[in-house]
Amino acid sequence: MFELLNSHYNYFAVMLLLGIGLYMLIESKNLVKKVIGMNIFQTGIFLFFITLAFRAGGNPPIIKEGGGPYVSPLPHVLILTAIVVGVSLTAVALALIIRIYTEYGTLDEDKLKQLYYD
Amino acid sequence: MIEQLPVLLVVLPIIGGAIPLAASLVSDRAGWPVATLTLIGQAVLAGLLAWTVSTSGTVSYAVGGFAAPYGIELVVDGLSGAVALLVAVVSLGVLAYARQAGPHSGPFYGLYLLLVAGLTGMTVTGDVFNLYVFLEITGLAAYGLVASGRDASAAVAALKYLIIGTVGASLYLLGIGYLLAATGTLNMADLATKLGEMAAYDSTLVLTAFGLMVGGLTVKVALFPLHTWQPDAYANAPDTVSAFISALVSTVSAYALARLLFSVFTVEFLTAVPVARWALVGLACVSIIAGSALAVSQDSVQRMLAYSSVSQFGLVVAGFAIATPLAVVGATVHLLGHAVMKGGLFAATGVIERETGATTVNGYAGMGSRVPLPAFSFAVLSLAMVGVPPAVGFVGKWYIVLGAVNAENWPVVAVLLASTLLTLAYFARLVERLYFAEATIHSEPDEVPVTDGSGQAVSFGMIAVVVIAAALAVALTAAVPELQAMLEDTLPPLLNQ
Repeated sequence: MFELLNSHYNYFAVMLLLGIGLYMLIESKNLVKKVIGMNIFQTGIFLFFITLAFRAGGNPPIIKEGGGPYVSPLPHVLILTAIVVGVSLTAVALALIIRIYTEYGTLDEDKLKQLYYD
Repeated sequence: MIEQLPVLLVVLPIIGGAIPLAASLVSDRAGWPVATLTLIGQAVLAGLLAWTVSTSGTVSYAVGGFAAPYGIELVVDGLSGAVALLVAVVSLGVLAYARQAGPHSGPFYGLYLLLVAGLTGMTVTGDVFNLYVFLEITGLAAYGLVASGRDASAAVAALKYLIIGTVGASLYLLGIGYLLAATGTLNMADLATKLGEMAAYDSTLVLTAFGLMVGGLTVKVALFPLHTWQPDAYANAPDTVSAFISALVSTVSAYALARLLFSVFTVEFLTAVPVARWALVGLACVSIIAGSALAVSQDSVQRMLAYSSVSQFGLVVAGFAIATPLAVVGATVHLLGHAVMKGGLFAATGVIERETGATTVNGYAGMGSRVPLPAFSFAVLSLAMVGVPPAVGFVGKWYIVLGAVNAENWPVVAVLLASTLLTLAYFARLVERLYFAEATIHSEPDEVPVTDGSGQAVSFGMIAVVVIAAALAVALTAAVPELQAMLEDTLPPLLNQ
């Protein structure tokens, strides 16, 4: 068990982040905390991709003589794109939350539901 | 020129979309003309591309000159050509509606064109990660458009849509990670080859990837029970946006699901792992029944139409999952037909609400004589959706059922036939109210919707869109052989016939 934890700790971190993020997203009543949960969930996925690229004893993928073996640069590039997407989503979500707050005066999901269905 | 068409289709609306956004600093009047010009260009290019594909086969383009499988490849075959043309034509049609119905602002048209770019990108891409990026562009633009409603409830609906939609897209991204770990490639065609060579369709890695990617996309398609964002988003968005996104967003996501099934995982995967096919067919069947049941119990017409989409997309996904040539042709016909019919129905609800203030099923009573043309179009579109011949809704369902019969998948046949009855249940109720019930609303609407100064709530363009959609719902039947010819070269390799 300890062996597995020692060699695969990144994957445990991924699972933990995904779990925490999803739990916050579903369970938190505060809209801003929901968005934070969404971010943590996405961070878990980013870490998963970066871990995929890892290679024991690998070098940064800058081609030079005798430089190999290299780590795979592809997942890094993908995640760079995904981070940009994540930032844009957060921005849109926060903008919507500001509009909701100015209109309803609350960030609490339950109170909002009451106001929303009236 | 021809080989650059796929990339032009994506770039044109992005550039077009930047103009109204910049111009809105000076004037909000520039939005509509710019969007119209851009989308006319888009429709011409998409038509040219569809024509090229149907005459001389698949067109592919390596973005940035990096050859596939290392670079991003855009591939247009018969299926994606048809969907790209649909996106261009429907978005151009909805613009005629938006002229009067608004919202009248530069940023709105910027987002509108960005959504067209995202949808077209999802259609033409041949790379699973690129599909994720376009999925998120589509999502971002759609959240913004839903929130463009005057009412703050639109912002609540948009936030709900955003959170659920992001989880869906993130699951899809996680699935890409598993697929990348299994094969080391992201190109769809290359993925199909590598997965075939590995001959490990039932490995945990591949199965997890399938589950995550399909699960993520079904959130976007809004199959039951992942549909909860959809009724709020459709009902609270401005009428223009409801018509636009109900016609296209779920449609293109369903196309992406089909692309994933046939071009990445392939039919061999579905045969080798029957549980995957059954899970998908089961989800689709549950969606058909539950969507219809929820639609019957709605009071608001727009929410009823939204739940009807949940049910109709169940039908489409069932057709794709059965994966016999007939079923896939049927699912494609229903996918395209549904886009026209549902867009038209939402547009009609907008017109009827502006003319009379009616929004509920009971409010629609007696409106057949008060707003004859929109009400008649609404009735035609409803019956087309139920599947009354010769409307296009009938052809799609007929082929899907024939495909299911060929596959000897009897439970699905039963659900498909029952679904027609259920669709009739909620649409017949409305058509009956429209024509045979005593009017419950006699007064003019209290709050006169904001117009652009011409003094009338409903313009000729809005009525024209509704009438043309109704005409198309019937006339498209004539185009089905054309579509079949277009799919003839595309489907056999995809389905390994």
